[in-house]
Amino acid sequence: MPKTDSLQGSLDLLVLKILSRRPRLHGYAIMSAIGEMSADVLRAEEGSLYPALHRMEEAGWIRAEWVTKDNGRRARVYELTAAGKRQLVAEESRWVTVTSAVNRILRTV
Amino acid sequence: MSLWSRISNVFRGECLNRDIEEEFEAHVAEAVEQGRDPEEARRALGAAIRQRQESHDVRVIGWLDSLRADLVFGWRQLKRNKVTSAAAILSLALAIGACTSAFRLIDALLLRPLPVKHPERLYVLSRYGMGFDNKPGEWDSWAYPCFQLMRAAAKDEAELIAVSYVSRTDITYKTDNEIEKANVQYVSGWLFPTYGIEPALGRLFTENDDLKPGAAPYAVLSYDYWTRRFGRDPHVIGRTLHVDDRVYGGVFEIIGVSEKKFTGTEPGTLVDIFVPTMMHNGVTRNDWTWFRTLAVVSPGVAIEPLRAKLEAVSHAFEAQRLSGETGLSQETLKNVLANQVRMEPAPTGASGMQQEYSHALAALAVLVLMVLLIACANVANLMTAQAAARAREMALRVSIGAGRWRLVQMVLVESILLACLAAASGALFAWWSAPFVVSMINPPDNPARVILPADWRVLGFGIALTLIVVLLFGLLPALRASSVKPVSILKGGDDPHSRQRMMHGMIALQVAFCFLVLFVAGLFVTTFERLSNKSTGFSTERILLLETTSRPAQSSLYWDQVADHLRSVPGVERVSQASWALLKGVGWNDSISVNGGPPSVDLAYFLSVSPGFLETMRIPLLAGRDFREGDLYPNAAIVNETFARKFLNDANPVGRAFVKASDDGSRERMQVIGVMRDAYYRGLREPMLPVIFTPIHNMNKNGEMHPLKSDTFIVRTASANPMALASMLRQDVAKARSGFHVSNVRTQLELNQSQTIRERLLATLAFFFGAVALLLAGVGLYGVLNYSVQQREREIGIRMALGARIGDVARRVTAGIAFAVIVGTIAGLALGMASVRYVESLLYEVKATDANVLAVPCLTILLAVVIAAVPAVLRALRIDPVAMLRVE
Repeated sequence: MPKTDSLQGSLDLLVLKILSRRPRLHGYAIMSAIGEMSADVLRAEEGSLYPALHRMEEAGWIRAEWVTKDNGRRARVYELTAAGKRQLVAEESRWVTVTSAVNRILRTV
Repeated sequence: MSLWSRISNVFRGECLNRDIEEEFEAHVAEAVEQGRDPEEARRALGAAIRQRQESHDVRVIGWLDSLRADLVFGWRQLKRNKVTSAAAILSLALAIGACTSAFRLIDALLLRPLPVKHPERLYVLSRYGMGFDNKPGEWDSWAYPCFQLMRAAAKDEAELIAVSYVSRTDITYKTDNEIEKANVQYVSGWLFPTYGIEPALGRLFTENDDLKPGAAPYAVLSYDYWTRRFGRDPHVIGRTLHVDDRVYGGVFEIIGVSEKKFTGTEPGTLVDIFVPTMMHNGVTRNDWTWFRTLAVVSPGVAIEPLRAKLEAVSHAFEAQRLSGETGLSQETLKNVLANQVRMEPAPTGASGMQQEYSHALAALAVLVLMVLLIACANVANLMTAQAAARAREMALRVSIGAGRWRLVQMVLVESILLACLAAASGALFAWWSAPFVVSMINPPDNPARVILPADWRVLGFGIALTLIVVLLFGLLPALRASSVKPVSILKGGDDPHSRQRMMHGMIALQVAFCFLVLFVAGLFVTTFERLSNKSTGFSTERILLLETTSRPAQSSLYWDQVADHLRSVPGVERVSQASWALLKGVGWNDSISVNGGPPSVDLAYFLSVSPGFLETMRIPLLAGRDFREGDLYPNAAIVNETFARKFLNDANPVGRAFVKASDDGSRERMQVIGVMRDAYYRGLREPMLPVIFTPIHNMNKNGEMHPLKSDTFIVRTASANPMALASMLRQDVAKARSGFHVSNVRTQLELNQSQTIRERLLATLAFFFGAVALLLAGVGLYGVLNYSVQQREREIGIRMALGARIGDVARRVTAGIAFAVIVGTIAGLALGMASVRYVESLLYEVKATDANVLAVPCLTILLAVVIAAVPAVLRALRIDPVAMLRVE
């Protein structure tokens, strides 16, 4: 699944960014937020979202917690950790560097 | 959180999966709530299993998780094949346990440094060359005046320390009525400070306690003895004890208890009581050698110049001492003065036990190692056979993408599991068996006590051994299992021959080692048999020995009265006396001269006995007469045949006379009144010695009866078990006359048997390991044969259908194994022949080329092969060709 692989770098960034704005979202909400905020341009596949969430959790960037929602259902919500905030800064600056480099190439050719 | 949670997640696998599952369910529920189609939402989430796997994988440590899975799987495999697993674990446990046990003994006796400051600077001094008996040898005993000269000479380069041989001595506390035995050692006062030993209680000796003969009647107890005898009573300081033997005054005041870790410098013997060397009444004698000399060499001192210096001192001392000697032949004098001094590193101390058992233990260690290798080969074969049975499963794993390393790991984990279980049971075995072996070394009177700690040295050895074992038996099958070719296996056939070749190789190896173990065991057993069945020349039947002391020394007339009293005890048949019992291991020798000639080169051996001793011991008199009342030392003598042959040219010895040269230069003339049949005197292993019996009544120069301090009553009892009378006779001796005490009671049989303790130990253990080796090899053979029949059922069935005869089938099944066994036997034979010279010193009148020594292992192995082969052959013959073909 090449799509998953190529998305991975930016998927982490998107998840971190979203969680920095709106803490304590569950998986589905994160997925919806990505669609919503990108005006449905970007879409996270469930197949790659959850492994990414769990990987980031293991890396210590985000932490998870089971909460009971108003409708009585249990949900696993995520929020950024201190390490996650640092990671977000790093990823953001990396993203800016990469995209501006790509843009430069696009402009010159 | 990360690493720890991933480790802990490994062990909560199910829980983790449930978590993930629940999160997915919540996700789908959310999607449905948002108006999505449940089916579509579920599909979008992807295959649940794959999702779960991916999520699972990122949340655990991969290798640890697979290890856990392998452990669980391995455990199930072991449980599934209960019998083979149990056999494997048991055989490995026995082998690992035996190896660890052997290591514990060897470590405690030979490898472990003494718990002193700088054990690496410790040396022991000895002399080697020709002895006074004109036989080559090495002696580590010294005379105190010589020691003092050497100590002064080495002053700046080394500190010399005298430590007497530990002797089991009669001691009493307070009243004289309760004699007990304790291990007493005379040590230089500066031993404790030099070794850096601290007192556990009171104080230890210093150099000041060891300056003047008889000046410091102090005793230091060992921690072990303090614990055993006094229950760590702190009020023991200041108590007095009475040591009877060889001591100035004999009354000692306890001044302290030594540190727990220090048990003396003789591994194998724990000292109970230390006393200063200056309290030994041999310190002024230049002809008594009674202690070892240890040297603590200063840092940076070269050994060779120091040794040469000490040798020069020793030489000068001996030359001076022997300058006026007239009782020795010129040849003996020249030989003795040519002795050289040796200085050997002794970081582990120096003891007779080390000398006596180092070789035996090394031989046992090799035997045990062989058993370990056999067990490993065996388990490797079992694993290979199992792996073969699992070839399909392995092939399946490979074809669905398992890596080679993953398979190696899986099989190795199973091996490790097996080895760990074996090591744990082996540890129990070692824990029990090492002290058991030490207890077998015990002579009844003088128990050997070896401190056998189970510390990091032993633990490290055990772990290293287990790892090696895993590599030995687990790696090969693991590599083979991983190299399966899925295509050929799944098609239904692979090449069974390569696997069989390996198994046959292992069988050859097992047979070779098994042969070696049986062969060496045979040598030891034969040695023991020859020694213990050897005719001693006297009777041991119903003989009880009462080793008796008197305080003060009493005339031999009083000793006779006690003997008379014993004769009146019911159940006593005969009572005689001797200075000590035959085969006690001690001796008294001197040069003699015949017909006014020079002192003899060969020495004669003496023993003082009472009239009737010959009859009590049932030693036949060949000519002349026995002693009578009134015969005195030194005028009458009874000699043995060897003496007559060696010194009197055999020609009617009765009436002949000879002269014995004594220590003090006096010459005593003796006349032969009788000739007795040869009987062993000091030890069974030495050739028959020329022996002279002299009367126990000893007249000194002034015509007075010489008082005796100790003597042995030799009692022949009426009942078959002489020990039944022991306690009664012990009391009777004390009752007969005051001042007499029996210090030790034993039977002559015990004494004879104590001559062969080492041989018995070797024979018993070697026999045990031989039996284990044989059993293991037999089990291995059976397993491999069974496997090969299983593998070839189809082929055999077809052959039988085509008309193969029974003999033909049996031959086909066993041919490979037979070849392996023959190769193994030949290799074992070669190994045995090559190894014999390493155990030669432990053998007695046995040669490696003796027909029965060779035949026994050959026949035993043959028998084991036949027994192991029968079931497999029967199984092959029972194959029903029709059924086989129908399956096809």
